[in-house]
Amino acid sequence: MSIVYQRPEVFTNEYMKYCGGCGHGIINRLIGEIIEEQNWKEKTVIVWPIGCSVYADKYFKVDSICALHGRAPAMGTGIKRSCPEDLVIVYQGDGDMVSEGMAEIMHAGIRGEKFTVVFVNNAIYGMTGGQMAPTTLMEQVTTTTPYGRKQENTGNPVNMAEIISQLEGCYYSERVAVTSPANIQKTKKAIKKAFQYQMEGKGLSFVEVLSPCPTGWKMKPADALKHINDIVVKQYPLAVFKDLGRGEKQL
Amino acid sequence: MSKVFMQGNEAFAEAAIRCGCKYFFGYPITPSSEIPEYYAKKAPSEDLTFVQAETEVSAFNMVAGVAATGKRGMTATSGPGFSLGCEAMSYMSAASLPAVIVDCMRPGPADGEILGSQGDYNQLTKGGGHGDYNTIVLAPYSVQEYADFASLSFELAEKYRNPVVVASDGTIAKLMENVELPKKNYEFKRSDWACDGMNGRSHYNDITTCGDGPEQWEHFNITLQQKYQTIQQNEQRWEEINTEDADIIIVAFGSLARVCMDTIKIARENGKKVGLIRPITLWPFPEKAFEKYEKTNTKFFVTELNAGQMVNDVKIAVNDKNRVEFYGKLGGITPTPIELYQKLCEIYP
Repeated sequence: MSIVYQRPEVFTNEYMKYCGGCGHGIINRLIGEIIEEQNWKEKTVIVWPIGCSVYADKYFKVDSICALHGRAPAMGTGIKRSCPEDLVIVYQGDGDMVSEGMAEIMHAGIRGEKFTVVFVNNAIYGMTGGQMAPTTLMEQVTTTTPYGRKQENTGNPVNMAEIISQLEGCYYSERVAVTSPANIQKTKKAIKKAFQYQMEGKGLSFVEVLSPCPTGWKMKPADALKHINDIVVKQYPLAVFKDLGRGEKQL
Repeated sequence: MSKVFMQGNEAFAEAAIRCGCKYFFGYPITPSSEIPEYYAKKAPSEDLTFVQAETEVSAFNMVAGVAATGKRGMTATSGPGFSLGCEAMSYMSAASLPAVIVDCMRPGPADGEILGSQGDYNQLTKGGGHGDYNTIVLAPYSVQEYADFASLSFELAEKYRNPVVVASDGTIAKLMENVELPKKNYEFKRSDWACDGMNGRSHYNDITTCGDGPEQWEHFNITLQQKYQTIQQNEQRWEEINTEDADIIIVAFGSLARVCMDTIKIARENGKKVGLIRPITLWPFPEKAFEKYEKTNTKFFVTELNAGQMVNDVKIAVNDKNRVEFYGKLGGITPTPIELYQKLCEIYP
């Protein structure tokens, strides 16, 4: 008997506090696998956000710091400038990044900070109980858009991977989704590529991951995955928006 | 050591560089801007990292980031910027991060004016942000003391793993004086608790300010309060001038204490026994300086460039509010020594 699948060595024994069907656990695991495969454990610092992944510092046997809401890119700037040889991972959700921390992420991109941002977009505030985020889809029902999101009062969803790719300081920007085994492998490949660019000293590398929130969306886990594949990708297409490593300036 | 003629902000910046503070993150605001400008200018020759942040919110969080790696970093701002930074002050206090923040106070509230003021006293000494926390606050009265506080502020920040604020103001920031700058003598050592990547360290570090249930968080807070009590016990600093025989003691800090040094001379020339207590640490407030006056009839004249903030701490320290009087100036006007003497005579004929 050979072991084909096990808990990554960089994971602690802590149980994950995510809801059933949540995508964070998958994305956390992918990060753990890459760190382990590339032997980067010794030089990794992960900056965690405020949101559903706020306790993720407890899951990893690497240096971890929990930032204030929205401020992870600013804190990541301080850390990366101090330790340029380290792999600095800034992990953010959509409420954290696109609402509270829009200035911090935009200016990290404008300055071309040489760290990686893993942006988990589930189009809702999960931890606070399912309120509207700037990424919430039109007509989506949340606790603060009980009649569906309307443009008149709340504007439109924000496509971060596209926006960040427009900045000169961005080296790589891709949107992926953790909705199927194939898509999970694509996500892993994207995050790994982003980490590699960082370790080569390139500019901001940005991976947006569409992630299910069955609790917030009030859907069964399988339906939430189908919802991403059928509906969410229409607003947030899966694509590489910038990859200067491929000699490709813009999509 | 020879002295050099320097502006307060530039002297502080040069002293901080010599004390090993290689990281500066800041947002321009009068009257603090010479500090970021000095770092920007010296960055290539002194191998410094200077980042002009998009907001003070970011600048303070960048400082938190560099402090979390165990390196010396700071920012400088004024009241409006400090208000934005208070979120990170609360964070750094809870996360036990040793950072230094300069607040060049200017008259508020809101945008206000850009001259000397002491209106941020309550904000700086009572926390300022959310939750139960304190930061050590040092108030220089001269360019020399401002420069000396560069080293002291980092030493205190690292000793207690707590943010330290240097509370200068528009006057001390812009003043030019002869100053003796410190020698370069800082040697960086990695901190066992820092998040700088394990890189050979046998354990991983986790810095978080998120509670894990009320019992855990109560315990966390009690531990934090115990640290503050230790600081209050050990770090009260003040200067006394002519207090031995004084009937009246002026209490003033920072730039206004300078004026009061001349006021007590005028008073003595006019036969009034007046002394001065100059709090150097605004937090912890130097309560010990007032202990010996508890059962005396010594009168106190508190003067500040605000509407009356430190006066409340003096009343608590003296433990007799009837012996504590206040005179304040608002808007950025610093009173003259004679004006203060006249006020003192009006209050205590």
